Amino acid sequence: MKIVVLIKQVPDTAEERILDPATGRLDREASDAVIDEITERALELALSVKDGDKSTEVVVATMGPKEALKSIRKALSMGADSGIHVLDDGLAGADLVVTASVLAAALRDTGADLFIAGNESTDGRAGMLPAMIAEHLGLPLLGSLVAADISAQSVSGQRATEAGTQDVSAAYPAIVTVTERFAEARFPNFKGILGAKRKPVSTLSAAELGDTGQISSSVLEVSQRPPRTAGAKITDDGNAAAQLVDFLASRRLI
Amino acid sequence: MINLELNEEYLELKQTVREFAVEVVAPVSAKHDAEHSFPYGVMAQMGEMGLFGLPFDEEYGGMGGDYFALALAIEELARVDQSVAITLEAGVSLGAMPIHRFGTQAQKERWLPALCAGTELAGFGLTETGAGSDAGGTATTATLRDGNWVLNGSKEFITNSGTEISTLVTATAVTGTKTRADGSTAKEISTILVPRDTPGYTVEKAYDKVGWRASDTHPLRFEDATVPEENLLGERGRGYANFLSILDEGRIAIAALGTGAAQGCLDEATAYAKTRVTFGKAIGENQGISFKLARMAARVHASRLAYYAAAAKMLAGKDFKTEAAIAKLVAGEAAMDNARDATQIFGGYGFMNETLVARHYRDSKILEIGEGTTEVQLLLIARSLGL
Repeated sequence: MKIVVLIKQVPDTAEERILDPATGRLDREASDAVIDEITERALELALSVKDGDKSTEVVVATMGPKEALKSIRKALSMGADSGIHVLDDGLAGADLVVTASVLAAALRDTGADLFIAGNESTDGRAGMLPAMIAEHLGLPLLGSLVAADISAQSVSGQRATEAGTQDVSAAYPAIVTVTERFAEARFPNFKGILGAKRKPVSTLSAAELGDTGQISSSVLEVSQRPPRTAGAKITDDGNAAAQLVDFLASRRLI
Repeated sequence: MINLELNEEYLELKQTVREFAVEVVAPVSAKHDAEHSFPYGVMAQMGEMGLFGLPFDEEYGGMGGDYFALALAIEELARVDQSVAITLEAGVSLGAMPIHRFGTQAQKERWLPALCAGTELAGFGLTETGAGSDAGGTATTATLRDGNWVLNGSKEFITNSGTEISTLVTATAVTGTKTRADGSTAKEISTILVPRDTPGYTVEKAYDKVGWRASDTHPLRFEDATVPEENLLGERGRGYANFLSILDEGRIAIAALGTGAAQGCLDEATAYAKTRVTFGKAIGENQGISFKLARMAARVHASRLAYYAAAAKMLAGKDFKTEAAIAKLVAGEAAMDNARDATQIFGGYGFMNETLVARHYRDSKILEIGEGTTEVQLLLIARSLGL
């Protein structure tokens, strides 16, 4: 069985994340780049399948700048077998449409039974990419799972909705996305760290992936989040509840 | 020759252990310290990460790394929890290493896989009431009788001897008398492997220690404890010499532990000095505090360079005895000095057991005592000067 995990390199959520005001893009110098914690859980899910069946092949795939190779190496040291790195300066600032088209092209011929991604990334939070890739590849998508059971022929799982839980399943090939409810990723061991260097990573440019479309959206302006200002203080002189209700109503919150 | 940059693998290991220390070890450290309990969950995860197998061959379940990799891991753990760091240090360098270094093929196959996996721990039974730095004062005896070693005596301060996963102690014992070249006689000291379930071998109640409270330390007693003759570890009569060589490299690991502790104190105190405000400004803006922190940083740096240098000589196969003693001396003192300064910077909060600096204050004192006291290190260094 072959599983491809989509990982994403993102700024560490434990640090300050800022945008470059000139380009409107992420300031990659401002914080450490790490594997997105939800995609790390996706990787852990794939590796746990491999723990049970050593013949399982786990591939990690990402699109990102040169530094993203560090995240691929980390995934390899945790136990993935190989990596796919879509690396092209022309893709800097790629929007969702182009990113989905590029990744779909990179994944199309992998021969994977199962693709696993995070339901959304901790930086962009669009939460659209897996569905767009599924559309490109014509694959069923089991999105935002809270539990999954991966067997040799099919994948099933539960998806939490506002009304309850849905049981979903699909035959391979399929795409699933996982949420933060999945197990945290393992730490690599030293043998894995030493071995990661010898594992193959294929680097693909946009040209090698054919026509993947043009970046059609652009960021006009970015601004810092305004500093927090002091809120109104209500001293309880017997009618604080009424004042609170009035306040919430004035903001159209109730 | 002058290259102090860590290669990619060492760096990645160091980074991985740092993340593990912060995310997994630190949150439960204060609890285990307060309850005097052994952190089994943390140890199990360290086992899965391969930390207990770092310097050992893959053949026995090791990671195929080296002793310096182990030292780096110990340093990172010690920043947040010296008890966890010493459990790893003692487990690898005192528990498994003697078997790896001096054991027969059968002994290695029997014991190393579980010790490398961290699912079992072995203790190193050297210290006795009358024998510590002076290991020649060993009074425990092992007598060969009908193809068995029969041990009698007791040991003190034996790390990792009484946990639920402690399965073995490597004990030094007097096995006879030997005649030196000059005709004088001396005790013949050998090393015997004593499994935990050996009748007559008792692990006594754990000590109530000032520091390293989540590390497991017990006195041991042997009363006609009987093990097969093949449990002799290494050559008969070489027990003392073998132990000394184990202690030499152990000093590098302890120096790494001291460096980590000193670094942990510096990190805590620096962050506190930047945020704690008195008389309208952060206390770190006062030179009385900032100079203290500068000195602490210098101690950390010197300790780290000292243990890197000792490890470099060791890995190059050169004599590293003096460098290891210097590293142990410098790092042990750096940990204690930094713990004292960090506690002072924290003021009253530094005297509260729940703070990390208070724990470092209690934990660091042993670094001037264990694995060769400061005085023993000075003795070794003085000897290298021909004194």
